[in-house]
Amino acid sequence: MFDELSEKVSGVFSKLRGRGVLSDADIKDGLREMRRVLLEADVSFQLTREFLERVEQKAAGIAAIRTVAPAQQLVKIVHDELTAMLGEKREGLVFNSVPPTVVMLVGLQGSGKTTTAAKLARRLKAEGRPTRLVAADVYRPAAIDQLETLGAQLEVPVHADRTTKDVVKIARAGIEEGRRARDRVVVLDTAGRLQIDEQMMAELVRVRDAVHPDEILLVADGMTGQDAVRIAQGFNDALGITGVILTKMDGDARGGAALSIYGATKKPIKYIGVGEKADALEEFHPERMAGRILQMGDIVSLVEKAQEAFDAAEAKKLEKKVRKEGVDLQDFLTAMKQMQKLGPLEGLLKMLPGVNAKMLKQVNSDPKRMKHVEAIVLSMTAQERKTPGIINGSRRARIAKGAGRPISEVNKLLDQFREMQKMMKKATGGGRMSLPPGLMR
Amino acid sequence: MPLLRKAGDSPRRSLWQRIKDVALADVTVLARGGVKAGSIERLEEILLEADFGVPVTLRLVDEVKRLATRGDVKTEAEFLKALQSLVAGSLRAGKSDTALVMSGQPPTVIVVIGVNGAGKTTFIGKLSARLRREGKKVMVVAADTFRAGAIDQLRVWAERTGAEFIGGQPGGDPASVAFDAIDAATSRGMDVVIVDTAGRLHTSDSLMDELRKVVRVITRRRPDAPHETLLVLDGTIGQNAVAQARTFSAAVPISGLVVTKVDGTAKGGIVVAVHEAIDAPVKFLGTGEQAGDLEAFDADAFAREVLEG
Repeated sequence: MFDELSEKVSGVFSKLRGRGVLSDADIKDGLREMRRVLLEADVSFQLTREFLERVEQKAAGIAAIRTVAPAQQLVKIVHDELTAMLGEKREGLVFNSVPPTVVMLVGLQGSGKTTTAAKLARRLKAEGRPTRLVAADVYRPAAIDQLETLGAQLEVPVHADRTTKDVVKIARAGIEEGRRARDRVVVLDTAGRLQIDEQMMAELVRVRDAVHPDEILLVADGMTGQDAVRIAQGFNDALGITGVILTKMDGDARGGAALSIYGATKKPIKYIGVGEKADALEEFHPERMAGRILQMGDIVSLVEKAQEAFDAAEAKKLEKKVRKEGVDLQDFLTAMKQMQKLGPLEGLLKMLPGVNAKMLKQVNSDPKRMKHVEAIVLSMTAQERKTPGIINGSRRARIAKGAGRPISEVNKLLDQFREMQKMMKKATGGGRMSLPPGLMR
Repeated sequence: MPLLRKAGDSPRRSLWQRIKDVALADVTVLARGGVKAGSIERLEEILLEADFGVPVTLRLVDEVKRLATRGDVKTEAEFLKALQSLVAGSLRAGKSDTALVMSGQPPTVIVVIGVNGAGKTTFIGKLSARLRREGKKVMVVAADTFRAGAIDQLRVWAERTGAEFIGGQPGGDPASVAFDAIDAATSRGMDVVIVDTAGRLHTSDSLMDELRKVVRVITRRRPDAPHETLLVLDGTIGQNAVAQARTFSAAVPISGLVVTKVDGTAKGGIVVAVHEAIDAPVKFLGTGEQAGDLEAFDADAFAREVLEG
């Protein structure tokens, strides 16, 4: 997500970074390159122009004054403007004080409304807000089946009525059902439609006027091109949307649609869809995303994610022990297991500053590898785990056999462990977290 | 910084209207050999706003510039014609046969692939309707065992169009569904089998492997199949379409492109770049949700539509 865009943007600025003095020409070159980058990322024209004008204005002063680090300042200006372009600060769903809060999802065909409805329901339910789904897509074949299946998988109730094509009636009944069941949120999944289809847009207006949704969220494909502005404006003009959910952001789309849609509507992007699984819906944080684009890294997200996954007590115990007696292979395994909870390595690495898609391709981490490491460590005796120094040739052969892995892999693991020990030694006294090298080939 | 278009150009105005503004103002200047930087950049923007993408736009603009400098295009009409024929010419270069490949020995096997939400299942419904109208016996195969409701969605289309239907179990192995379907279609004397695959982002290696397996298994059952592997592209998509097409075609050979949802405001200009990237012809355009909303692709009509419509 945004990978390619961030790769290119950082390319533009790395040229400028080490410089003590920036000339007007430097800035102009940088901005011209930036223009191309944004256009190739599907950022709308209008917005690209406005963006560069603002940056140029703010940058005008930099060239004139000999500041300490003009290039850094330029990067900061671009970062701030990008953040502004993405929506300043995070905005979540607005809940009605009188439940149920009604959320209506609208968008083009195939933008991902039904999948998103399910993901949203799962998320809200996990937040302690009982949620009901309403199947208000009466046109696409099997759309109702799809929502019902997803609802059953997630154990979220679904209101459906196959006897009528009256969407207003379905929405009303679904919300009423939610009210009686004391649900906190009701999510309406509407049919996909083109924003220029007047008849279909009128249907949405009728639903809106009948049920007064608290949120009308435009579900838009993150890979959308220049049409993103027209789509967003069309839905916003007709309905007055309250926010946006961008889907399919786990691909390599450059993500310009995010910039375009916010720019065109000034309606916040509330969530992004990042995968096919039901939990692949993330909050959208403009300032973090801007940092990601400029490859400042998304440390905040990383830390939050880590906090979620790590067992704090266990981590503390580990830390204490490490400080006192150093690490052994058992700790190594525990650490690896905790990291596994964070999800695929690629996702984590992306959040680190300076890591881009190209580097990730080289990493080529193998999820099976973690299993192999586990098998190898578990094939050791307690004594061996504690003092790996005693592992000699015959022990290696036995461990390899027990784990069903080649001896070379056992050797490699032991090498890595030694590396890790060295690093831990260096890091004592407030070092930074880093991964053992070679852990990801 | 290059000159950029100032506000006031409504995006709803037709592309041609806007090109005309440029042409009327500046073609005479161009024709005299003087190139006014601003006008060329505006032409650039107009094409870029139709999702032609930077490389294709720059090339088209350069060619127009050259024609104008040589004095080959002078009037408004010539300007339009030149641009249209450049676009159509790009689409006709390389592989450009828009007809479906039909096997001399039925059944013809067609595999439909693409990212999530591109419109694969709807396209198959419409293609089935079209082939049924031509009197062919059609079988549609739901090898999308992942997305909830996908199998039912295709079944409804089969019923609507009078096609035979074979579906896997939700969560089942798509390759084995395809394998069985080839046998079933052969024994039931089908003319065409259309295999619907699950939507997948091209960046997911494991799902691309799954797709390779589906095609491999079909080929194992019938060495000359699939006869067509059609990549479905959402017409509203931007520059990512090129990356998609490249990755998909590296996984399985693509014989044709289908562009859906071109009945909206999207121009679908990206197909030129996609066509050039993987040398596959555009075969169909999806223009709506009804069974009849499928058009055989025509490069000239598309060029007209994208510039005038």
